[in-house]
Amino acid sequence: MRRLVVTIILAKLIRPVIPMDINVKMDDLSEKENAFNDSIQAGKVIEPKDWMPEKYRKQLLRMMSQHAHSEVVGMLPEGNWISRAPSLARKAILIAKVQDEAGHGLYIYSAAETLGMDRSEMIDQLLSGKAKYSSIFNYPTLTWADIGAIGWLVDGAAIVNQTVLAKCSYGPYSRAMLRICREENFHNKQGYQILAYLMRGTQEQKDMAQDAMNRWWWPALMMFGPSDKESPNSADLLKWKVKLFTNDDLRQRFIDRTVEQAQAIGLKIPDDKLKWNEETRHYDFGEINWDEFFQVINGNGPCNKLRLKQRNDAHANGQWVRDAAKAYAAKKKVN
Amino acid sequence: MMTDLNKALIDFCLRIADNSLIHAQRISEWTGHGPILEEDIAMSNVALDLIGQSRGFYTYAAQIEGDGKTEDFYAFRRGEREFRNKLMVEQPDNKDFGFTMMKLFLNGCFDYLMFRDLMKSTDETISGLAAKSIKEVTYHVRHAGDWIVRLGDGTEESHQRIQNSLNELWPYTNELFEQDSVDALLISNGIAFDKEKFRDEWTKMVHEIFAKATLPVPENNTYSPTGGLKGIHSEHLGYLLAEMQYLPRTYPDAVW
Ligand SMILES: [Fe+2]
Ligand SMILES: [Fe+2]
Ligand SMILES: [Fe+2]
Repeated sequence: MRRLVVTIILAKLIRPVIPMDINVKMDDLSEKENAFNDSIQAGKVIEPKDWMPEKYRKQLLRMMSQHAHSEVVGMLPEGNWISRAPSLARKAILIAKVQDEAGHGLYIYSAAETLGMDRSEMIDQLLSGKAKYSSIFNYPTLTWADIGAIGWLVDGAAIVNQTVLAKCSYGPYSRAMLRICREENFHNKQGYQILAYLMRGTQEQKDMAQDAMNRWWWPALMMFGPSDKESPNSADLLKWKVKLFTNDDLRQRFIDRTVEQAQAIGLKIPDDKLKWNEETRHYDFGEINWDEFFQVINGNGPCNKLRLKQRNDAHANGQWVRDAAKAYAAKKKVN
Repeated sequence: MMTDLNKALIDFCLRIADNSLIHAQRISEWTGHGPILEEDIAMSNVALDLIGQSRGFYTYAAQIEGDGKTEDFYAFRRGEREFRNKLMVEQPDNKDFGFTMMKLFLNGCFDYLMFRDLMKSTDETISGLAAKSIKEVTYHVRHAGDWIVRLGDGTEESHQRIQNSLNELWPYTNELFEQDSVDALLISNGIAFDKEKFRDEWTKMVHEIFAKATLPVPENNTYSPTGGLKGIHSEHLGYLLAEMQYLPRTYPDAVW
């Protein structure tokens, strides 16, 4: 079994905040910004010490912290089945998988810290409900098949997203994505394998798998976000190569690669309009229920309250431990 | 016809495997709920190690027993009276991190010394499993020991809390050293070793960390829970198994 080793940094030094260039005059700024935009067009990778427009920094910090929060909140629905995994092998794989997500959270938090915000501050924003995370994790895991569906569909969608982010213009983010993508492939495979086993099992197992498919398919498509026409930040992000493709492009890419995988194990995709289009060389698909998406994003999904409570409980429950570690580290420094 | 020695060997393996599995089941409750992200990772590592150990010993037992037995049979198809883990590891942690670390430390020090002996076992499978396990347990003991020191010598609250965990778990440590005719037979064959012989070393090991953690060790108690060797457990084990075994029990013909 693969194990992840991360050094515990208890008395973590606060990273130096990246100095913001506040003395630049307005026309200077637009000149700098033009040069910045040009360099990105020329394929330059931006590093923490490089000058960057404040809006670029802010957008990236928002995206990266949301991504890190998603990894961490994403541990909850899957963690829900660790104690009930149906074999020792599945239990070990699931623990390793959820553990990877904790590692992803860590890498992305530290990559985001290079933009000038401390991890603890980002976590406070998550706990207070101010920061968002992927809406998919506000759905419940009701049966074992859901663990398969998450690995296959949710991590599958994440791979499509992250493979592209690995080529984004911000160096620390792109490197974090590169590292993560390798692990995501294992997540994707183990999920698909869970469903493949169910689909060649008893009738009850097949029903369980199809039911999970029915419940997770549409929310998985929503993971790519609303159509770019309704995505307020898209234009800037595309210009800065923080995004390289539109939400709709990526969604289409995900559908195209997933449909055949479903067919291969006999799962039906719950969309009557799904059909191969010979002209576009893509699958056509039905209307996504964006009302539902916005409901969930705005806190009214089936598990929003639960997920936030679980994170807050864990945080509160561990406060005495973190306090003790800090106090102990301080004592050792003095002595 | 199975020999008495083989019967004893199966029992011996199941005891170790059950203990590691039930311990892992408890520790894995932390995945996603740790005090810091780094600890989610560390505790998941520990749970994975312990599951790995249980699978190794179950598989060996299955090999000796034959009759279509598998690791999953032992883990998922046996009832509460058949499990042979020590009572300490089945105790609920109730998301008390200090309690978890104390359990990991007390049981880990014992496992460390046990595996160190078993590396010299005349049974090559046992000595091989022990050699693999001892590396993992060494890390568990160090990790838990570090936390006990931090918590003991941290804040007033953490000192009190980890002291409470020690007081609560201390009575369970006697059971760790219990042995019976199964052990006797294996000891006489050079397969296992007398646990009494490392009891002093265990006591020294744990006292050393408790001194560093500024934690007074409780008086030797008259009350000491026992029963694991005979499959007589606390009420907690039944619930743990009900949850862990629910899928294979509900769908007896299913393959996962
Ligand atoms: Fe991830
Ligand atoms: Fe991700
Ligand atoms: Fe993943």
